[in-house]
Amino acid sequence: MLKRIIVIASFALLSHGAQAGLNILACEPEWASLTQELAGDLVRVTSATTARQDPHHIEARPSLIARARNADLLVCTGADLEIGWLPLLQRESGNARIQPGRAGFFEAAAFVRLLEQSGRADRAQGDVHAGGNPHLQADPRNLLKVGGALAQRLAQLDPANAAVYAARNQDFQKRMSAAIARWEKEAAGLRGVPVVVHHKSWSYLADWLGLKVVADLEPKVGIEPSVSSLSALLERLKTQPARMILRTAYQSPKPSEWLAERAGIAALELPYSVGGSPAAKDLFGVFDETVAKLKGGLK
Amino acid sequence: MFKRHLLAAALACALPTSALAVTDADLAALRAEFDRKLKDIQAAYEDRLKEMETRLVKQSGESPETAQAVPRPGNTGAAVASANPELSLILQGVYAQRKAGERRPTGFLQDAGIGAPARGFSLGDSELILAASIDPSFRGQATVVLADDAVVVEEAWFQTSSLDHGLTLKGGRFISGIGYQNEQHPHAWDFTDNNLMYQTLFGEHLVQDGLQLKWLAPTDTFVELGVEIGRGGAFPGASADKNGAGSWAAFGHVGGDVGESNAWRAGLSYLGARPRDRESPLIDISGIDTNNLFSGKAKIWIADLVWKWAPEGNPRARNFKFQAEYFQRDEDGDLACDDADPLVPSLCTGGSTDAYRGKQSGWYAQGIYQFMPHWRVGLRYDRLNNDSLDYGVNNANLARTGYHPNKWSLMADYSPSEYSRFRLQLARDHAMQGNPDDSQIGLQYIYSLGAHGAHKF
Repeated sequence: MLKRIIVIASFALLSHGAQAGLNILACEPEWASLTQELAGDLVRVTSATTARQDPHHIEARPSLIARARNADLLVCTGADLEIGWLPLLQRESGNARIQPGRAGFFEAAAFVRLLEQSGRADRAQGDVHAGGNPHLQADPRNLLKVGGALAQRLAQLDPANAAVYAARNQDFQKRMSAAIARWEKEAAGLRGVPVVVHHKSWSYLADWLGLKVVADLEPKVGIEPSVSSLSALLERLKTQPARMILRTAYQSPKPSEWLAERAGIAALELPYSVGGSPAAKDLFGVFDETVAKLKGGLK
Repeated sequence: MFKRHLLAAALACALPTSALAVTDADLAALRAEFDRKLKDIQAAYEDRLKEMETRLVKQSGESPETAQAVPRPGNTGAAVASANPELSLILQGVYAQRKAGERRPTGFLQDAGIGAPARGFSLGDSELILAASIDPSFRGQATVVLADDAVVVEEAWFQTSSLDHGLTLKGGRFISGIGYQNEQHPHAWDFTDNNLMYQTLFGEHLVQDGLQLKWLAPTDTFVELGVEIGRGGAFPGASADKNGAGSWAAFGHVGGDVGESNAWRAGLSYLGARPRDRESPLIDISGIDTNNLFSGKAKIWIADLVWKWAPEGNPRARNFKFQAEYFQRDEDGDLACDDADPLVPSLCTGGSTDAYRGKQSGWYAQGIYQFMPHWRVGLRYDRLNNDSLDYGVNNANLARTGYHPNKWSLMADYSPSEYSRFRLQLARDHAMQGNPDDSQIGLQYIYSLGAHGAHKF
């Protein structure tokens, strides 16, 4: 029995070692997509979550632990977004490469300016992230910064292909910068438009496009809205009107639809991440659709 | 830093005067040089202070509500520094309504430390948990349970984080990896009380003083193998005043996903212990309490299965969890039976020792359904089987029935947030023969303060 286990184990280890390229586990689909942009077929990348899953509330499922075990690199958001499950994956994986502080653990939040850094974590205020808002991928300018840092990290882990990562990054930066300029032009009419958000998922998008966030469906951060909190919000909107309500693909449509119907404004489900809608096939698709939907919401 | 400069200055002053061959000119030159350096340092400090002050003013001018982008201090890679060490405190309390008396499963040797469950208002275990990375190679955690007359070290362990190759070594006092529910702390239980299986086998759960080595296979399917050696001082072991190990455990777990919405884990575990003079209460044929000391071998097999469903892998709004475990316990050795209370003589008065062989089994199954955000309901069934019991000559003294202890529990809980939970539980407890239709009502609160406690699957 034991002999057989050892034989199977060593075979599995060898076959793993023989695999070409880095094995990368992204915490969220946007980082899987970004990695794909920078590395193409040189790496094998999968995402631990989908755009229809709330990255705050994922279980440390056995399948995820098994994937973390085999990963050469974890690409995550950081800023405590994954604190409910990622530390468990790292601890249970028996994989030294992806531990905090190692090159195999990449956190996007370390390379951008985080919004809403309060430094305070009083839970009377809800489930706040004291270190700042982690939903940073909603501003494509952050993707440029994270992309640059990730390309460097890939080169560090796989020096043989460093030139490829650098070249692909340059190409990505060029295409993304051009796209950002195009989106900003298209979205010029959105500047100053008052919106209601469901969770602080849209702070970076609002910051980028100049949307004015007048209210949050959540009475406290991370606390789901109730009928009474929505009714109070409806009253508030009478004196401080908004044009639309924004939610992600993973949030329940009920609260925003309830409020939209009564306030007579649009409720928009934006893709939030890659795979959040059929059109959001890559990072460019996410913002193409986001900008188009926001413009549609103005009509 | 500034102190060090002062010290250097003091030395600089002291040295020249103590040296004999120093001229006044030398001294004056040194003094001048020292004064100049001191002024430089002061100037540098004042500049830095001014810079810090202006930065502070700038930051305080920007209230968090204005959502201004503030550059992160030290954008060099580390995540937002969570508190180190992570500190959390669990507060629990129960109101229980039930008949007075013991609830021991009839015919089962169990830990003598388990008393009659409290009635009325009672404070549950307050757990204080401290955890942190010790250095790049180790992580440590201590869980201290604060009770009225005792502080119990429930866990105090280190764990490696850099062995690699899927290996993790844990040492100290830790909760054993056998079974499924074993590794869950009481605050993570889905019912106000323990299931009969774990209560009978381990009291609360099996805690080892020893070492655990786990290996995770490099496969896409989750395959985890583990072995443990321990002191074996706690039930089903006892009084391990000896060299070497008093208990051994081995376990294997496999798991995976089925589609996007389902995840599962199944396992098989073995525990062996060699207790000496392990104390358990039993009743004699006439229903009088006896005290029993068991010395011999205890072997336990556990099979476990957990299945979780969440629509599209998103458990926030709705989810379902099914969990079931089965055990077989085989105990072989000597049992010394005597009176539990000298004033209430039993059939074992004066002491009666003979061979004991017990083969017992049991299982529980439970389902928990969260049907909307914040609200869950659950149902659990517990059952124990006295497959074969042989007390030797004590067969004439101790009750040896074919009774199968069982229990039904129904619960509903409400969690206003991730950190608070209120629970109502109704139970029909048939663990003890002669206590049929014992209806129990329990009300419980659980609060967790401090660090996010990431719960295992």
